[in-house]
Amino acid sequence: MKQRARDQGGPGTLTDDLEPPDISPESVSDVPLAELAAEYKLRPSAARPGVFKYAAQLWDRRHFIMGFATARNVAMYTEARLGQLWQVLTPLLNAAVYYLIFGKILDTSRGVPNFIAFLITGIFIWNFTQRSFITASRVMPDSLPLIRALPFPRACLPIGYVIIELQQLVMSMIILIAIVLGTREPLTWYWLLVIPALVLQGVFNAGMALFLARLGAGADDFGQLMPFLVRTWMYTSGVMFSIETVSSLRNHPTLTYLLQINPAAVYISLARNAILASQRAAWPGSKPYNPNLCHAFHAASKGKALLDSAYCHGTVSMNGLWLWGAGWAILAMVVGFVFFWQAETRYGRG
Amino acid sequence: MAEVGNPTVVVDDLHVVYRVYGAGGDKGTAATALMRVLKRQRRPSVREVHAIRGVSFVVNHGDAIGIIGRNGSGKSTLLQAIAGLLPPEQGCVYTSGQAALLGVNAALLDDLTGERNVVLGCLAMGMTPQQVKDRFQSIVDFSGVGNFIDYPMRTYSTGMAQRLRFSIASAKSHEILMIDEALATGDANFRAKSHDRIMELRGEAGTVFLVAHNLAEIEASCNRVIWLEKGKIMMQGTDVPAIVDEYLKATGGEPRKRDNPPQPDRTADN
Repeated sequence: MKQRARDQGGPGTLTDDLEPPDISPESVSDVPLAELAAEYKLRPSAARPGVFKYAAQLWDRRHFIMGFATARNVAMYTEARLGQLWQVLTPLLNAAVYYLIFGKILDTSRGVPNFIAFLITGIFIWNFTQRSFITASRVMPDSLPLIRALPFPRACLPIGYVIIELQQLVMSMIILIAIVLGTREPLTWYWLLVIPALVLQGVFNAGMALFLARLGAGADDFGQLMPFLVRTWMYTSGVMFSIETVSSLRNHPTLTYLLQINPAAVYISLARNAILASQRAAWPGSKPYNPNLCHAFHAASKGKALLDSAYCHGTVSMNGLWLWGAGWAILAMVVGFVFFWQAETRYGRG
Repeated sequence: MAEVGNPTVVVDDLHVVYRVYGAGGDKGTAATALMRVLKRQRRPSVREVHAIRGVSFVVNHGDAIGIIGRNGSGKSTLLQAIAGLLPPEQGCVYTSGQAALLGVNAALLDDLTGERNVVLGCLAMGMTPQQVKDRFQSIVDFSGVGNFIDYPMRTYSTGMAQRLRFSIASAKSHEILMIDEALATGDANFRAKSHDRIMELRGEAGTVFLVAHNLAEIEASCNRVIWLEKGKIMMQGTDVPAIVDEYLKATGGEPRKRDNPPQPDRTADN
């Protein structure tokens, strides 16, 4: 018997005089119980299935995951007088606040064309990742009663919460389209590229959510720390500014490269390049290298010359962005899924 | 499917330890927390409860096992371990299939309506959407919650919530069914209805575990009984009335009078 289990007068112990006998009076079996169980092909109840079988079980519960996410989403606003209207109001207010602070007061636009559309796209895409991460890091402790009540693959929970956020994002995207069209952005076939970009981001978020859910299941400290980690990440991912236009980064190509390939920046750039024609046109490396025009871009801090950044050497090409996006998604999903699965039988313990 | 008389559940020297958060401890200030970290002490607010301490038994197909014992003796924990919801610290539980646990604290999603809970509960048990659709009305009818099915479950009374949970869990037949005080707060009419349903499920399931403080219910439904005390087995056997009497003697209760055949719907021993 391991010694970590200690008698501390909790609910599992009684303090009066009735002592149970050390050996139960009725012998249960002559043969060792493990052999008896094997003889009748009984399986351990808390056994963990193989990783592929687990994935198959998860697929079988897809209706549960979808139903769970939809019901949670609907229930989220039942206590509010405006009800489901908040699904629309929340992203609108978010956009308004960030526009006021970063667009007007701090003016981080630095000449980025169509800054309001640029900013709001970044914020909505970022919010999907941010909210997925924060809820995932708390999902296992928060769902403990459900985990102790019903047997189902536990990965349903973090994935379900990511789907809730995805559903919210779809609502935000509708608002986004209205705002972006209002800023006279042309409607093109490129917009369809948002769909694969969001799918990749969703896979990345789900994989990371599985990873974070297991970390958060151990101790609540992690859930407390998560908002700070996520906020730090936000400020390095070009959510409310363009990484290319930060002048202090121009002499640090490696650092710029690392910032550009970080997953949040990749998914934000993919969405911006799909929706905003000006972003596509100004993406560094999207036009043949021209030292003069590139120099003009470096010399300018504001104004039309920023579009000349297209003539500079690209840090990450647009095709490169897609490869990075797919790579991060697959990596996060494989590592997160296996990591979560390894602790499958221990989540009920608290 | 196991044949009658073959083992369906083998519990081999089972120990279960679970953690409880927020148990009493120091004064709860940041300063005391810092001292604790510096002295490398464990958090007093997290306690490990050694709820099951070395329990072994074998249950055969066709058995109905009553589990008795005082509050906090480990009855619910034992069932959760058999269902695979709480992992063993040591030892092992072997089962012939997934055991379904029907408990008082089988918390569904409180902020959702009864209707969503029925659908989600059934989907979580592994039913297909079509099966859920087919059985939905009979589940609601059996629970008898009526119009409340459209209300969030947090507005339900304890009895209503329990009735709905029982209806959901019993909608599917299970090889091993465990009922943990799930009927205690139902009204007389529902108890009679659910007793019949348990008997029916027992016929389909083969193995039923029943935790109840209502000893009349135990004597009426079970052919074996296990008496747990402080996470260990005090007595077990097939002579149900004798063990129940021993249990009553030990806990200071009056011995049961058995002039009439046991009536499961009475609450005389609560």
